[in-house]
Amino acid sequence: MGRNPVTWLGSPTFPDAARDALGDTQLRGNLRKATTTIRGKRESAVAELGDWEELRRAGESVKDDVLANLDTYLERLEAAVTDRGGVVHWARDAEEANRIVLDLVQAEDTDEVVKVKSMATAEIGLNEALADGGVNAIETDLAEVIVQLGDDRPSHILVPAIHRNRAEIKEIFAQMPEPPTSDDPHALAEAARKYLRRKFLSAKVAISGANFGVADTGSIVVVESEGNGRMCLTLPETLITVMGVEKVLPRWQDLEVFLQLLPRSSTAERMNPYTSTWSGVTPGDGPQKFHLVLLDNGRTSTLADEVGRQALRCIRCSACLNVCPVYERTGGQAYGSVYPGPIGAILAPQLAGDLHDEQAASLPYASSLCGACYEVCPVRINIPEVLTHLRAEVVEAKGKRTPEAMAMSAAAWVFGDRRRYEAAQKAGSLTRFLARDGTLSSLPWPGSKWTDTRDAPVVPKESFRAWWRRNRG
Amino acid sequence: MVSARDEILGRIRAVDRPAPSPVSRDYERTRHAGDPVELLAERITDYQATVYRTAARELPYRIAERLDGRGRIVVPPDVPREWCVPEVPWLADAPPLTVAELDSADGVLSGCAIAIAETGTIVLDAGRGQGRRALTLVPDHHLCIVHADQIVVSVPEAIERLDPTAPLTFISGPSATSDIELDRVEGVHGPRTLEVLLVT
Ligand code: SF4
Repeated sequence: MGRNPVTWLGSPTFPDAARDALGDTQLRGNLRKATTTIRGKRESAVAELGDWEELRRAGESVKDDVLANLDTYLERLEAAVTDRGGVVHWARDAEEANRIVLDLVQAEDTDEVVKVKSMATAEIGLNEALADGGVNAIETDLAEVIVQLGDDRPSHILVPAIHRNRAEIKEIFAQMPEPPTSDDPHALAEAARKYLRRKFLSAKVAISGANFGVADTGSIVVVESEGNGRMCLTLPETLITVMGVEKVLPRWQDLEVFLQLLPRSSTAERMNPYTSTWSGVTPGDGPQKFHLVLLDNGRTSTLADEVGRQALRCIRCSACLNVCPVYERTGGQAYGSVYPGPIGAILAPQLAGDLHDEQAASLPYASSLCGACYEVCPVRINIPEVLTHLRAEVVEAKGKRTPEAMAMSAAAWVFGDRRRYEAAQKAGSLTRFLARDGTLSSLPWPGSKWTDTRDAPVVPKESFRAWWRRNRG
Repeated sequence: MVSARDEILGRIRAVDRPAPSPVSRDYERTRHAGDPVELLAERITDYQATVYRTAARELPYRIAERLDGRGRIVVPPDVPREWCVPEVPWLADAPPLTVAELDSADGVLSGCAIAIAETGTIVLDAGRGQGRRALTLVPDHHLCIVHADQIVVSVPEAIERLDPTAPLTFISGPSATSDIELDRVEGVHGPRTLEVLLVT
């Protein structure tokens, strides 16, 4: 079994990455602007509903019901989807899920798929696995297009390119056949529309995630804004949906809770522009082949932790990111995982399931425990409680060590091996130690042991994705 | 070898899970609105869609007014006959139009299953007068007819009335993105113009 790709191999520990990000004033400016705007909007969207607290309690209790009866609801979902003409697959880990999807794509005799943004497929590194198998996965969410074309990493759950401002996006889109005419968001959206339209109309296979899967009706739910989801869910002949096992909901009725909680918490809207639901295959309407891949990848082991399991209630709204003072200053990439911010700090280490992994073990320290995340969380995940709990587990797993000690030993791990050192450097994680003349110098011990003997020349920049493709697995 | 399915279910069953507590549902299931039609119109307008109100007998005239001169308009095969006014060159989806034909059309006319006033949402269920999902997705302009008796106020009322086995599309305004600096910008991949005719 391979390493869980939920955290990015070679990422610096949080304290180190954070120090690095703190020096990036452009990034901080972009983030502050975006999160300040969304915080204000979320507050008014929530204030409109007099029963918001009751809805939160309902959300919490439905999700707890799911966790208490997960086996029953998954079997029910499987039966309902199968009854309606879908095919259900189960994947223990990232590697198995990727193989299932690749096989399904290859069976359709195509080397290109369209994708609608999905945290689960980002978590398992699906695009990279497909590329290894000769399949080009085209992201269709505007933010994902920005990340993909910018050869970049995501930094937010909902808005993966939140760290980019409009001027930077225009630069990135300049490589499109029909580049945007200005950095006005309308022009940028128009450019993305033209770029993707042909792909949508000709794709044979689409891959999606799922916000919810309803056990008693087999309905899968995708909540989105741009219509790229509808394109993917409607036009191709084959649809493959990858869904974390915890996304199952017991009853159709439960959607009445989550379709109120999610849009107001995430984009601060009364309702997001588009929500699609479908159950299996509908003859004559949409994909005639439907595959549902149910993904574990660390979820069942998270379920086994009495305190930590509440992280599985998460509906990926990203409200906790937007209110987090640490996130606002460091940005999402410092967390070294597709799940950044407060939820990332508790979910990524649990899914990774390895507190001996220094980077994962540093994540529970990525918080000031101010509690703002708990207050906004629509499913009432007590993030500070889980953070404290995980810190205790880290200490237990590693002996009594301070976060600084952990950051240090992570550096030791990376520097202790020439190959790892190079990999990490190419991933950009060593930049914090870069001297102005482009050489590595005065590293903290034990890196210093190595740099004492000679200055390490800086290897020419290689993109994260290129590095990832070569080094993962 | 144990299958992935059995292993995952086995892992779940091996966990010492808390006894399920009852689901708390003391939120409001129905909500009161003085004038649901007015509320719906206001909320749809908030999304930068355009709403026109009309009396039932004037509906064909209003359809013609909205679509005359717009070009070829896709229409599901089972819309009420009086919607297909002679001024408009219709493209009926019978036999089913190809994706290329849909792409070259200039708009689409459809009905809906229900509408949710509080959130300004129209729900399509691929039922009568709505057609398969691609019809209301590919053309760039969508004119949707909503009758007053299709309007509910709250989300729970809507969920209760919908058929979960039908492919559903909840539409709240034209396609939009918040991906650039978290600001909502209308018009990405779905229809960039949404017009609603509210029949009262
Ligand atoms: S932890 Fe709560 S607030 Fe954060 S993304 Fe998940 S559901 Fe949203």
